[in-house]
Amino acid sequence: MVVILNNLDDEPIHRICGEHGRRPDELIEILHTVQKEHGYLTDAALRTIAEALNISRAEIHGVVSFYHDFYRAQPARHILKICRAEACQAVGSDDLAAYAERKFATTMGDKGAGGQIGIEAVYCLGNCALGPAMLIDGKLHGRVTPERLDILAETDLSSGEARNG
Amino acid sequence: MADVRIYVPGDAAAVSVGADTVAKRIQQEVARQKIDIQIIRNGSRGMFWLEPLVEVETPEGRVAYGPITENDVAGLFDAKFWSGGDHPLFHGPTEEIPYFAKQERLTFARCGVIDPLSLDDYEANGGLIGLRRALKMSPAAIVDDVTQSGLRGRGGAGFPTGIKWKTALNTPGDEKYICCNADEGDSGTFADRMLMEGDPFSLIEGMIIAGRAVGAEIGYIYLRSEYPHAIDVMRSAIDVCKATGLLGDSVDGSGDAFHVYVRVGAGAYICGEESSMLESLEGKRGQVKVKPPIPAISGLFGKPTIVNNVLSLATVPVILAEGADHYKDFGMGRSRGTQPFQLAGDIARGGLVEKAFGITLRELVEEFGGGTHSGKPIRAVQAGGPLGAYIPQTEFDVAMDYEALADAGAMLGHGGIVVFNDTVDMARQARFAMEFCEIESCGKCTPCRIGAVRGKETLDKIIAGEDRTENLAILEDLCDLMVDGSLCAMGGLTPMPVRSAVKYFPEDFGG
Ligand SMILES: Cc1cc2nc3c(=O)[nH]c(=O)nc-3n(C[C@H](O)[C@H](O)[C@H](O)COP(=O)(O)O)c2cc1C
Ligand code: SF4
Ligand code: FES
Repeated sequence: MVVILNNLDDEPIHRICGEHGRRPDELIEILHTVQKEHGYLTDAALRTIAEALNISRAEIHGVVSFYHDFYRAQPARHILKICRAEACQAVGSDDLAAYAERKFATTMGDKGAGGQIGIEAVYCLGNCALGPAMLIDGKLHGRVTPERLDILAETDLSSGEARNG
Repeated sequence: MADVRIYVPGDAAAVSVGADTVAKRIQQEVARQKIDIQIIRNGSRGMFWLEPLVEVETPEGRVAYGPITENDVAGLFDAKFWSGGDHPLFHGPTEEIPYFAKQERLTFARCGVIDPLSLDDYEANGGLIGLRRALKMSPAAIVDDVTQSGLRGRGGAGFPTGIKWKTALNTPGDEKYICCNADEGDSGTFADRMLMEGDPFSLIEGMIIAGRAVGAEIGYIYLRSEYPHAIDVMRSAIDVCKATGLLGDSVDGSGDAFHVYVRVGAGAYICGEESSMLESLEGKRGQVKVKPPIPAISGLFGKPTIVNNVLSLATVPVILAEGADHYKDFGMGRSRGTQPFQLAGDIARGGLVEKAFGITLRELVEEFGGGTHSGKPIRAVQAGGPLGAYIPQTEFDVAMDYEALADAGAMLGHGGIVVFNDTVDMARQARFAMEFCEIESCGKCTPCRIGAVRGKETLDKIIAGEDRTENLAILEDLCDLMVDGSLCAMGGLTPMPVRSAVKYFPEDFGG
């Protein structure tokens, strides 16, 4: 084993894998935790996880690409996840999404494009009686009209705080 | 002990419209006015149009105020709401609000009533009776009770829960698992979320009983990542149970072990399908697997596994506590017990309605729901999630039970009911059904993976007015292909919303 190959950044990732007993069945939990701590999943991180769990890199890539939650590149500082499912469509979520795209001059679904604000689609947040629903940095909001989005943008998006969802 | 108990829901939906801020404002006012008040963050009663719904415990029972914004708080104090004082947003006794009074709450009996993380509250309101009875029964007798109750899976497929349990009980295995399906991906549904946030111990109790019934010592709750609130509450509830010995090596001192773990999904609708969920629980891609073997025989890690929806499992304690017959007495035909219906979309009184099977769609949408929120006329309802049928007003007298809905070409699914007003374009809804299938397909079978893309393209042409008759015929063929050639209900049922839209709303397809 050539120690020089070991990247310094490996250390926290090995720790996370260790906390999950290096169990391959905990891979998704591990990916969630690594992403939470590091923002997104780098090639190096995936390599380290593969090594720690003793699974192939192809396998890990297969898993990461299957699920919508994972980022392979730097996500925006703030993330708006707008519900695009039927119950929210019924109360104007399409208009809300279009308004948000215009307001923040960004396109829905540009995952991992960095920048200040990213807008993504989600399909149901379990708030279907109070739609349109959206998550702003992991926080749920209901009855979000364009007017309410303007207010939320002032209160939730004007701070420089990093995203946590 | 404080003099007065005030309830401000901590339910995610209530919080989404300001419940946290309201609780904080009340707390500030309490401190300023030095009143002896304890604030409890309960779950939701499921009357979402009244959220945030603030309740006060009075000698005559709990009374309700709502919807309360932070700007209403000062007025509440002026009205001496802590003693049940009158106010423009006062609704009187919570349980006499017609929407609530007309319900039959078995699964949701405690939701919104208790402090979700207080085991004392839970026990004081009927919790743990079922488990303690089960701990004295043989596994076969528990399975028998569940079978006798007529309980069918609430996740969508409606398979008899007792029969599933019996298979797992009779399959030998050194290890067995109880996997709770908390992926709740259907649009228009939130009952699992509400229950996990409002009465998490009932789910844990149900899982322990299931474990005892089939001989499993480990339970997983596969909980979607879109529900951060529910994840927090479930994890805290598990910690409380571990600390009190309800979970661990000797459940409630019985000598039986049971452990529960939360596993968080990663944003894939298909992972609600049971074989996909089990793959995901093993840390893999959520690819659907061919059945047989069924999970009850060979499931998680190849061991006998019970996969049940949150509501199925959370209903087991009341069945054990009150007896199979008590539960079975609700409902009709082969649909026994109660169903938590969820009213969503453009609806005036959106929320959760637990009622015996057999209530009509019209009663739900009109009497409970009160028509649309926008005030526009209702045009269609989608029942049973994104794979469910679109139903026009003329068909609203259908009884809400598994068989009656199937006969009407629709399905109950997880009990979601989404209301659309007359501005809806049904061709676009049909297109969305195909698009959703394209986005969420696991990719295993061609009719689903490619069919959905073709379906969407064909609908684009129909919407653009291109060769409509010809394209509608192509769409019909595609639907046939998807129904016949799909491994699971994702591809197999996507044609349901599409075809029902074409059938009942031909005018939107140029017909
Ligand atoms: C595409 C698809 C999505 C599903 N999503 C869910 C879900 O989110 N929650 C759920 O409990 N069941 C879901 N199911 C049904 C499960 O496969 C399974 O039947 C159910 O979890 C069994 O539990 P039950 O018998 O208690 O209903 C889904 C099925 C399919 C085909
Ligand atoms: S029907 Fe679709 S989702 Fe289901 S197994 Fe086939 S490809 Fe996967
Ligand atoms: S459909 Fe938007 S929250 Fe459920």
